[in-house]
Amino acid sequence: MTTLHLRVGFMPLVDCALVVLAKDEGFAEAEGLDLELVREVSWSNLRDKLNVRLFDAAHMLGPAAIAATLGIGGVKAPMAAPLALNRDGAAITLSLRRFEELSRLAEGDMADTAVSARALAAMVERRKASGLPLLTFAVVFGFSTHIYLLGEWLGKAGLRLGEDIRFEVVPPPQTVEALASGRIDGFCAGAPWNSAAVAAGVGAMVHASVDLRRNCHDKVLAWRADDVERRPAAVSKLGTAILKAGAWACRPENVARMAQHLSASDRLALPAPLIERILDGELIQGADRPSRAILPFIRFDREALRPDPDDADWVLSGMQSAGQVVVTPQIREIARNVFATACFEGISAAIDKAPKI
Amino acid sequence: MVPNLRILIVDANQVRAAIIEEGLREAGYQQLVRLSATTGLVAAIETHDPDVVVIDLEDPSRDALADMFLVSRHVRRPITMFVDQSDSASIEAAVEAGVSAYIVDGLKKERMQPILQTCISRFNAFRKLREELDEARSQLEDRKTIDRAKAIVMRLKDLSEDEAYALMRRTAMNEKRKLVDIARSLITAAEMLK
Repeated sequence: MTTLHLRVGFMPLVDCALVVLAKDEGFAEAEGLDLELVREVSWSNLRDKLNVRLFDAAHMLGPAAIAATLGIGGVKAPMAAPLALNRDGAAITLSLRRFEELSRLAEGDMADTAVSARALAAMVERRKASGLPLLTFAVVFGFSTHIYLLGEWLGKAGLRLGEDIRFEVVPPPQTVEALASGRIDGFCAGAPWNSAAVAAGVGAMVHASVDLRRNCHDKVLAWRADDVERRPAAVSKLGTAILKAGAWACRPENVARMAQHLSASDRLALPAPLIERILDGELIQGADRPSRAILPFIRFDREALRPDPDDADWVLSGMQSAGQVVVTPQIREIARNVFATACFEGISAAIDKAPKI
Repeated sequence: MVPNLRILIVDANQVRAAIIEEGLREAGYQQLVRLSATTGLVAAIETHDPDVVVIDLEDPSRDALADMFLVSRHVRRPITMFVDQSDSASIEAAVEAGVSAYIVDGLKKERMQPILQTCISRFNAFRKLREELDEARSQLEDRKTIDRAKAIVMRLKDLSEDEAYALMRRTAMNEKRKLVDIARSLITAAEMLK
């Protein structure tokens, strides 16, 4: 079997795990792939390098793949996501000071997202009355699960992101510093950045994404749309390696090893124990609260990796309420097609048919 | 006539930023602002109110620029990445050079293209310069290693400088290795036998 070289870009987040495991646990090699992983500093770079073929595939925010495919915001780079890389795993964190204020203003159980949202609305109202600047929330990219989740949370109390609350994009590794310096009051991001802010003693986790939405769409493996047509063998080999990595990642006995791989200096470059707690579903919350068990906090099982055209509908409605797009039937069809399932079904069936060793 | 545009150059590498600034100045652009601290890029944009932002691809703040207007109503003028969809070669050239440009308020692409071209060529020139510098540095290192080894051979075998050099060259050719590798082994051996 000849070896096929593939270069895949990723962002340092826990949800890049399956791409990392495909290489580090030998699943890619077993498929005859020589996988080269490249850590990137921005989602824009991943999109642009995929577009000019410096990357064969990329770890990508599902909404960013749709935005690029539709050409929203100038860059048109049609993509296809033959499989997802995870579901769930995001959370909302506030600075300690804002979290304490929020807790004081809350009327009821803060675990209820409607209660916390109303407390936030009260805080926004008070600041307005006393002439204080708007609160600033951050997400890591303009087209992301995180911005639409924040929008849903705020919407529960009639607040609008970008109007009642200032909005900024802050790269993940800078979220801790931005929270500590008071440049932002809170953020919504994927693991491990919420835990990192809590561990640094500057933030308190308010909600996990599962509080707002179960089975939440997140990252995908993106290819150029034309490559999915033109290079089916490459797509299916990498897909097989990733699905197998997913099955491996779901076994509890592998968690410590997985955290070790992710913590490497050319991957996340963060302490393995911090990552391991997240994979164990033991979320540190900060503000003198015990850790919270959410198992699994971030999903890598086979069902989680199945792309779902209905996710595109959710993304589009988030985009529409953020004022990023006006949805037409044609746009809906293009977006749903980014998450077409045929490729996944083929790969998945082939794995199940293969003789078990 | 070069349009009077305010250009913000975001690059943590001071030398490269200076090279780009010089290039743009030569092309006739006068209002140039260099920014190396990339936290708070949004605030810097609010302060300097540029027409064009040029940013190093290695800068994580690039995502903060992307489609800022689409996601924030607090930015007064829309900012979008400059991409000429009809010109895919220039998209590739920019990504490969490692630079990206953003335009404010729908600046016309005819006015933007020369700015991007200047930046691409300056980014490439900088990379070439750095490669040449690295090469010169390693050549200098090699030369020093060879000189040290030559001195060892001269002393141990009581040869003249030319004879010692000739012997090392002959050995390298015979063993199909690089002269500097022979020199390194000689130095290692001499240190072991000290």
